[in-house]
Amino acid sequence: MTKSRSVEVGSKKVNLIPFSGWMVVFVLIPIALVVYYAFTGVDGFTLTNLKWIWVYRDTLWLSVWLSVIATVICLLLAYPVAYMISRAGEKMQRNATLFIMLPMWMNFLVRTYAWMTILENNGLVNNALRGIFGEDFAGLNMINNHGAIVLGMVYNYLPYMILPIYTALTKIDNSLIEAARDLGSGAVQVFRRIVLPLSVPGIISGITMVFIPSISTFIISKILGGGKDFLIGDLIEDYFLGNSGVVNYNIGAALSLVIMVMILLATYLMNRFDKDAKTSGGGIL
Amino acid sequence: MRKVVLSVLAVLVIAAIVVTGSVISGNTNSAAGSINVYNWGEYIDQSVLSDFEEQTGIKVNYTTYASNEEMYAKIVSGAASYDVIVPSEYMLSKMIDEGLIAELDYDNIPNYQYIGEKYRGLPYDPEEKYSVPYTWGTVVIVYNTKYVDEEDVADESLELLWNEKYAGKILMFDNPRDAFALALTRAGHSMNTTDPADWEEAADMLMAQKPLVQAYVMDQVFDKMIGEEAYIAPYYAGDAMTMIDENEDLAAYVPVEGANQFVDVMCVLKNSPHKKEAEQFINFMCETDIAVRNAEEVCYAIPHTAAFEELDEETQEDTMVYPPQEVLDKCEVFTNLPPETLLLQSDLWIKLKTTY
Repeated sequence: MTKSRSVEVGSKKVNLIPFSGWMVVFVLIPIALVVYYAFTGVDGFTLTNLKWIWVYRDTLWLSVWLSVIATVICLLLAYPVAYMISRAGEKMQRNATLFIMLPMWMNFLVRTYAWMTILENNGLVNNALRGIFGEDFAGLNMINNHGAIVLGMVYNYLPYMILPIYTALTKIDNSLIEAARDLGSGAVQVFRRIVLPLSVPGIISGITMVFIPSISTFIISKILGGGKDFLIGDLIEDYFLGNSGVVNYNIGAALSLVIMVMILLATYLMNRFDKDAKTSGGGIL
Repeated sequence: MRKVVLSVLAVLVIAAIVVTGSVISGNTNSAAGSINVYNWGEYIDQSVLSDFEEQTGIKVNYTTYASNEEMYAKIVSGAASYDVIVPSEYMLSKMIDEGLIAELDYDNIPNYQYIGEKYRGLPYDPEEKYSVPYTWGTVVIVYNTKYVDEEDVADESLELLWNEKYAGKILMFDNPRDAFALALTRAGHSMNTTDPADWEEAADMLMAQKPLVQAYVMDQVFDKMIGEEAYIAPYYAGDAMTMIDENEDLAAYVPVEGANQFVDVMCVLKNSPHKKEAEQFINFMCETDIAVRNAEEVCYAIPHTAAFEELDEETQEDTMVYPPQEVLDKCEVFTNLPPETLLLQSDLWIKLKTTY
């Protein structure tokens, strides 16, 4: 008996090796390198790299602000969609989730470039408006500004908000809703007191999965923002690639570290907030 | 201690990548009989690559970059190994100084004989040891004649890039060296100046220009100028010709204040494992008919004398592609800037991009 159990434990250990190896090589070592570079300079250990976080506080603030707006918009758009899908028939649910995933089969860059041709002054939207209002219509100014960057974030990361919320909603036991109804709750009250609290884990995952890629993006601001205003991701890319003429891994790493700390902090706060509604699951992270 | 930790980590990462890489892809890139060519975007007639593969049996892995700085960073990071690269002259100087470039065996490149006398032994490679010139040209100002008034371009000046009348319709280089060169020239300084005050002055000009700029672009300039999304853009002469070919309302001029003149050269990296094949590739690119095809596709001026003879007359006499000597006299070739100037350039450029 004891023997067979140890074999089983052993085989489980063996199965963990590829995954833990992967985590060590592609997660732990890179993080270790980031930390290492962030605290070193030409003369060894130093804290001076951290001063750049203060120097670039406006950039950091802009990135946070745009990401928060994008996340809020995603949440407002995604919740009703996820709710409707979760209430639909099984076949409809399958098709709807498929359609939400469909754009993700295309390359991220191609999709973002496509928005350029849609939003430009001579783009699809403005040309359609010219068709309505006549050739002299000046056109709406929709690209190369912060709004276009937020749009790019919302468009690209919306599925990551819909899917976890949808998963959380489908996991809600229908008998709870029926019981509430039987006890005399109206639709609004059922939603507010049953459905919404039980879908919080999905909302939390969704927020995390939209906020994190938004705050670290560098290509959306370049393509849709006209390359005029750096977000923190652009700044990090610039320091690592040296596009401005100087390669500086130390400053790049220090700025990356800030983002990582901010994300960890956000995730921690989210999980604290989440602790009441832990049981219904649906979280991806 | 620091070095030990770092090298252990680096070895682990490399080992992991090599192991996973060879398991997944069979590690085809380093197989003999293939070379990695790293060139500018939109800078070749792609069909010559398959011709080369057919003729020699050597496979070409072709990748592109948008700026010298991007190429340089990729090479020094060691993230990828390339055999043939095509830097501009100032970047070649820097890379020779840093020992990154291999000396060529010109016996393997007999077609070097076609390179014109005035493109040989230039300051970036005075002893003709490292490079074979590919194309050359100047920076020009491209504009759309439909939207830009004649009186605004009559003086063929850089001022057009700062003309408030065209706010929101002006594009600008998205790399600091080219962008600062325009501003430094406008301010009457050398684009190779090392005086911080000159750079500060140029930075102020770029800052003043930012509200007028629609977008900072590199290869996106093609779409935006051809599609008439923007009306004015500084860019490299050959690419300007390509744009004009696509949209006949476009025109261009070399600014009277002067502009950057560049030579892009083919060279081989010192750590290239396929030096011979790389030289074979460079030689192939200098075959007369191949050089003609490339020149017709990329529209840049070529240093290849035999191929030049075969171009149509219109191109030969195009003063924008082959500017007359008095125009070239006003142009300036980039030199490799000293580290402290590069640091200042980087700081000022990032400041431009992080001032909201």
